[in-house]
Amino acid sequence: MEGGVAYEQGLNLKATELTLGLPGTGETEGQGGVRNNNKRPMPTSETNEEESQALKAADRGSTAPAAKAQIVGWPPIRSYRKNSLQAKKDNESEASGMYVKVSMDGAPYLRKIDLKVYRGYPELLKALEAMFKFAAGVYSEREGYKGSEYVPTYEDKDGDWMLVGDVPWDMFMSSCKRLRIMKGSEARGLGCGV
Amino acid sequence: MDLTPKQSIPAAESTRFPDEVLERVLTLLKSPKDRNAVSLVCKDWYTADSWSRRHVFIGNCYSVSPEIVARRFPRIRSVTLKGKPRFSDFNLVPDNWGADVQSWLLVFASGSPFLEELRLKRMRVTDESLEFLALNFPNFRALSLLSCDGFSTSGLATVATHCKNLIELDIQENGIEDLSGEWLSCFPDNFSTLEVLNFSNLITDVNPGVLERLVSRCRSLKVLKLNRSSSLDCLHRLLTSAPQLTELGAGSFSQELTPQQHAELKHAFGFCKNLTVLSGFWDATALNLSAVYPACSGLSFLNLSYTALQSQELASLLPHCPCLRRLWVLDSVGDRGLEAVGANCPSLEEIRVFPTDPFDEDMLHTVTESGIVAVSQGCPKLHYILYFCRQMTNAAVATVVRNCPDFTHFRLCIMNPGQPDHTTNQPMDEAFGAVVKTCKKLKRLSISGLLTDLTFKYIGEYAKNLEALSVAFAGSSDLGMQYVMEGCSKLKKLEIRDCPFGNAALLSGLERYESMRSLWMSACNVTVDGCKALARQMPRLNVEVMKEEGSDDCKADKVYVYRTVAGPRRDAPPSVLTFSSL
Repeated sequence: MEGGVAYEQGLNLKATELTLGLPGTGETEGQGGVRNNNKRPMPTSETNEEESQALKAADRGSTAPAAKAQIVGWPPIRSYRKNSLQAKKDNESEASGMYVKVSMDGAPYLRKIDLKVYRGYPELLKALEAMFKFAAGVYSEREGYKGSEYVPTYEDKDGDWMLVGDVPWDMFMSSCKRLRIMKGSEARGLGCGV
Repeated sequence: MDLTPKQSIPAAESTRFPDEVLERVLTLLKSPKDRNAVSLVCKDWYTADSWSRRHVFIGNCYSVSPEIVARRFPRIRSVTLKGKPRFSDFNLVPDNWGADVQSWLLVFASGSPFLEELRLKRMRVTDESLEFLALNFPNFRALSLLSCDGFSTSGLATVATHCKNLIELDIQENGIEDLSGEWLSCFPDNFSTLEVLNFSNLITDVNPGVLERLVSRCRSLKVLKLNRSSSLDCLHRLLTSAPQLTELGAGSFSQELTPQQHAELKHAFGFCKNLTVLSGFWDATALNLSAVYPACSGLSFLNLSYTALQSQELASLLPHCPCLRRLWVLDSVGDRGLEAVGANCPSLEEIRVFPTDPFDEDMLHTVTESGIVAVSQGCPKLHYILYFCRQMTNAAVATVVRNCPDFTHFRLCIMNPGQPDHTTNQPMDEAFGAVVKTCKKLKRLSISGLLTDLTFKYIGEYAKNLEALSVAFAGSSDLGMQYVMEGCSKLKKLEIRDCPFGNAALLSGLERYESMRSLWMSACNVTVDGCKALARQMPRLNVEVMKEEGSDDCKADKVYVYRTVAGPRRDAPPSVLTFSSL
């Protein structure tokens, strides 16, 4: 199997090709990916909850919507360290924080925020605006976010896309799976006032 | 003084020392390299070295047999053994590949039962072996297991029970079956010799009362590394009874403390004036970390790689550590955190930045090329770097080595395989070219990103002191590997994965492999025939091929080549094909 990049007459056409992916994606499709689970199959005992949780989390992680299959042994991190970080991640999501991913249409990278840090919608919106450098506009129940290019939306537990602010804050906190700052044109049709 | 007229004296006579004198002199030489050199001078010196050697370092357990070692060094007291290829840490080596310590223990028990110290890395160690060790070596006093597997906490229990003179028990990053914390209770009530206790690897709870009593009995305890489940209350009591500690691994650091508790903990840390190494701190909160400040004034090594600190938290901590020479962190500290490193750590010699979320590609780049440049600007003494990142530029790396030309270890991992310079879209060839051209003392290099054969041309041409090279997803043709094999005369270890190097590349190293410890090639273009050809021509090399399920018969999926005086090994499992010239 071939690794690396083919040069045609000295021109690396592949590297300069315009794609929608991150630089470097696409080169690695099908490269060496064999197993989906990067984890060393460590023996677990009944009493070792944290470890079996870590194993479950790793399985979850590898079936999450990823652009490519995980490559065995890459990045080169010792199993012990991987397990330690995975266990920490589980602790984070279950105990202290409520981390959700935030994407914005047109921005190449996602971010993660801890919803527990914010006391209500105004704080959350201010944080999002600062993070992604946009203005959400003024929210009203009837008209949603009026007069803004970008609109904050979220995906709830049922998989529906909702306008941020439509439900009480507590309900939002418990049902929000991830956030997406949509282009205003796309957001038409969301929210109560259609 | 003899005043008879000069007679012609045979040269050997005139330079002969009594053996006892020679052995005495040789014991003053500590470095294995020096001892090895001494043993090559003449037969007398070889014999004197053999009888007086107390410590032997074996970098590849299959390069020699236990019988040969025991025969040559009959009075050996301390052995360091390394087993599996390094890529076994990343799950690339089959679990049953070998490197079992048992055969070594059996030979030593009959030949050198006075063994005192055993340090193992990437070896297979079973509970039976630990029991055998504990029962057959009455003077045994130091056990260190790093990245080993095959044993459980029951094995530790037998060591604690039977090794009456134990001074060191160091359990690090192993694939251990963690059944319970009972093993700690197996130290006898009057046992008090421990100087080093590291159980940070383990997850199950140990009895805090047992631990505290053990620590207060062991007045010579210098190194104590707790596991994650050790609480802050326990830590407070331990610090109070053991202020003489030089190395401390704290346990969990997330507990909410009352102001009173916080003050008490800080007070306890204040007593520890001898601390030079701090680690652990799982889930540390900023507030709790501030309790540690009084102990940081003499700190030389700070390992924060198990807690995801934010940039501000690191920035608050660093000014308290003016003597810091080594720092390990997670990339959660971000470029801002690394700027704080550059601003506060003028004596820094080593930095390692590990990824918090290695598999979550959506995470915003938490450290970038700016971070590493910021560190290099403030830390001119930097000579060791391990850096995991998601983006890098050629210019940044060139700047880093211009600021810090003394790198001996440069390990850069751009986590997306084959990723180019993100500003120019060019390969990262010039980055590593800058590294090898500028850093004349470079001994270890790990490369990543989009790389063509040019990178290897640079390495072969400039990296004349290179001893270890790690390559992944790089190169365009056999030429790449050939450049390295021809140019790097001091190369000892070469590990390659997922590169387009084939048989021609493999065979280009014919002249080189006997002066190297080992070569690893996986997911390259080498075939079984190529491996057989290598083995045929080089009788003192072992050539091993590990096949993967479902691959073509002719493909050599994973190849491991190493020099040996022990001949082909006989303990390889069926999935490992061993080729020799026989």
